[in-house]
Amino acid sequence: MTLEVVTGNHAAGYALSAAGEANRDARGICAGAYPITPQTEIIEYARKYKFTKGRIVPVESEHSAMGVCIGASMAGARSFTASAANGLSYMTENIFTAGYYRLPIVLVCVNRTMGPPWNIWADQGDALLMRDASLIQFFCETNQEVADTILLSFRLAEDHRILMPALVSMDAFIMSHTLMNTDLPEQEQVDQYLPNLDLPHVLTHEHPVCIGGLAWPQETLSMRVDTHEAFERIPEVYDECRAEFQKIFGRDVGGPFTTFETEDADTIFITSGSIATTTRELIKARRKAGEKIGMIKVKMYRPFPEEGLLDACKNAKKVGVLDRNYAGGLGGLFWHDFRAAAQGKRDDLLIQDYLIGVCGGDVTPDLIEEVFDDLSQRVEADKPVWKGIEL
Amino acid sequence: MSIATDIPVEGAQIACSEECIMRPGNTNCGGCGMSVALTMIGRILKEESEKATFVIPACCGIVTAGGYPTSAYNAPVLGATFGSSPAFATGYATVRDLNEDPGQVINWAGDGGTYDIGMATLSAAAERNENFMYMCYDNEIYGNTGGQRSSATPVGARTSTTPYGKNASKKDIVSIMAAHGIPYAATLSVAHPEDFATKLKKACHMKGFRFMLIHSPCPTGWKSDPAETVNLVRIAVRSGLFPLYEVFDGKRYRVNDAPDGTDPSEYYQGQRRFPSGAVDLDVVRTECKENSERIMRCAECWPAAEDE
Repeated sequence: MTLEVVTGNHAAGYALSAAGEANRDARGICAGAYPITPQTEIIEYARKYKFTKGRIVPVESEHSAMGVCIGASMAGARSFTASAANGLSYMTENIFTAGYYRLPIVLVCVNRTMGPPWNIWADQGDALLMRDASLIQFFCETNQEVADTILLSFRLAEDHRILMPALVSMDAFIMSHTLMNTDLPEQEQVDQYLPNLDLPHVLTHEHPVCIGGLAWPQETLSMRVDTHEAFERIPEVYDECRAEFQKIFGRDVGGPFTTFETEDADTIFITSGSIATTTRELIKARRKAGEKIGMIKVKMYRPFPEEGLLDACKNAKKVGVLDRNYAGGLGGLFWHDFRAAAQGKRDDLLIQDYLIGVCGGDVTPDLIEEVFDDLSQRVEADKPVWKGIEL
Repeated sequence: MSIATDIPVEGAQIACSEECIMRPGNTNCGGCGMSVALTMIGRILKEESEKATFVIPACCGIVTAGGYPTSAYNAPVLGATFGSSPAFATGYATVRDLNEDPGQVINWAGDGGTYDIGMATLSAAAERNENFMYMCYDNEIYGNTGGQRSSATPVGARTSTTPYGKNASKKDIVSIMAAHGIPYAATLSVAHPEDFATKLKKACHMKGFRFMLIHSPCPTGWKSDPAETVNLVRIAVRSGLFPLYEVFDGKRYRVNDAPDGTDPSEYYQGQRRFPSGAVDLDVVRTECKENSERIMRCAECWPAAEDE
């Protein structure tokens, strides 16, 4: 282990490249790369890396970046790419294809506000656009978590019980360009953690099938149901990957969600990404002042850990969801999903949405304190509440 | 439930000759130029180093495979999204090369995927000089969706989205691709099988990006007699509408079959997509002449080497 002070982009570039290199004795690594602020340093890192058996192809668009990843993955190589905002949305069609082809490609998204107008600051709406793809989704809180989750994602995605692409997100600038102490694992550890990729449906002359031709409704449906069943296996396989991670790297990569002071809490805040750090500190202070308040950081967004979240809220009366995203005409998507999870099971629970830091605004302690105060006074839930509007 | 991986290969095999790359039982239209070209490819590519994997975007070429879990292709096929098959082929061919696997990667696409939606991706793969063959079967319409105009549709042609005839001219895709300086750009015709075979074999033994354009009648969309497919493309070559030529490194030219003065009118008369009066044949004759002369002048001034 080497403790270094690196940016989130550096941590991601390092982890992706180490994972690619770890497949050198098998079919190697091949990926498509295209720049977009604020993730560009990730693909620059990968382009600079001297792979024993690999090539990063500098393509002409994000759509093609994922296209190269799909072709490479179908030929049996490990593959990854990175994008953000409109780049990610431009890649959409091929992200869905990677999911439908059951390819274990790892995609990093540096969460940035969808444009136009061009705004490069943090907003999770880009990654959440992909919520309906056959795609595992993680949101990270620290640069360490970014590096670790990327490595775990390869192991999880490549497991034959899963075989699905994974998306690892971090907040623009707050993480991507901010230096944090990060343990960057040695290559031997990564080699040990990530066995050679063995894609069961690799396309070869020995198995000359047609991947992606025509399929009738029932046949296509069987593929969707297959994928859904793989999603349902993820919690179990995730736990195995997490335990193995602990064994090799000596630290915990974290669960699908992490609770803080929830056991006896009557009020719980659900959040994700870098906002979780600020929220946790404020909760510590409120706890000292005697408030029964707790929080949950959601790391795994797809599959959404519904049961676990509801269980963690079993003693709560109120839940406030801090959403750094806005789905047009609806509100925050973490709120939307949590509300759906609670429906019919916890109809007594007051669930209030707070749209905070949307479009990249700073989520200051004061702003979160306002949210705490708002929820403590609330007797019934209302429409999503916008926070941080100054103009 | 099963995904594509679980299909036993045996189940998909239908008795046919070894040289058949497109098996019997496909549902392609009668007189389909693309089908003729695929049959020819199967007969030409026989050596281990020539065994092809096809990368095919949305087009008649992927429909040819037929319904899951069967496949009419006697070769591995990777279906690609409409606009990015050269990116899929880049990834697949790169990993083949990293592992020194034998065989060819053929990116097999229609004109919609080539001239239109795939243009940026195609241009980028050519600019990077990716190591695979790109073959466009050009039927001059979106055939699979029922015959809409593409930028490969010739002027005057009636399609479902140019009901009164197309105003704009066809894009000169071979010049565009040759301008990338790629090792090989060529036109192929199913009416000239020996020339077709020579070029395909030659391309197989080259490295880098190789672009081949095949004039490919679609009787359904062209409203032509299926039996006339080969005849139509023969007239196109002889009249200078579709000259057979090669460009090496974007610089050196060879004309394979010079026009013999055949009048192009017969080509137009054989297709009901050209309504009466939609095409000014005198203009067509002039354009055929000028285009043939341009290519022949190029071949005189910058000839291909004898061994190319």
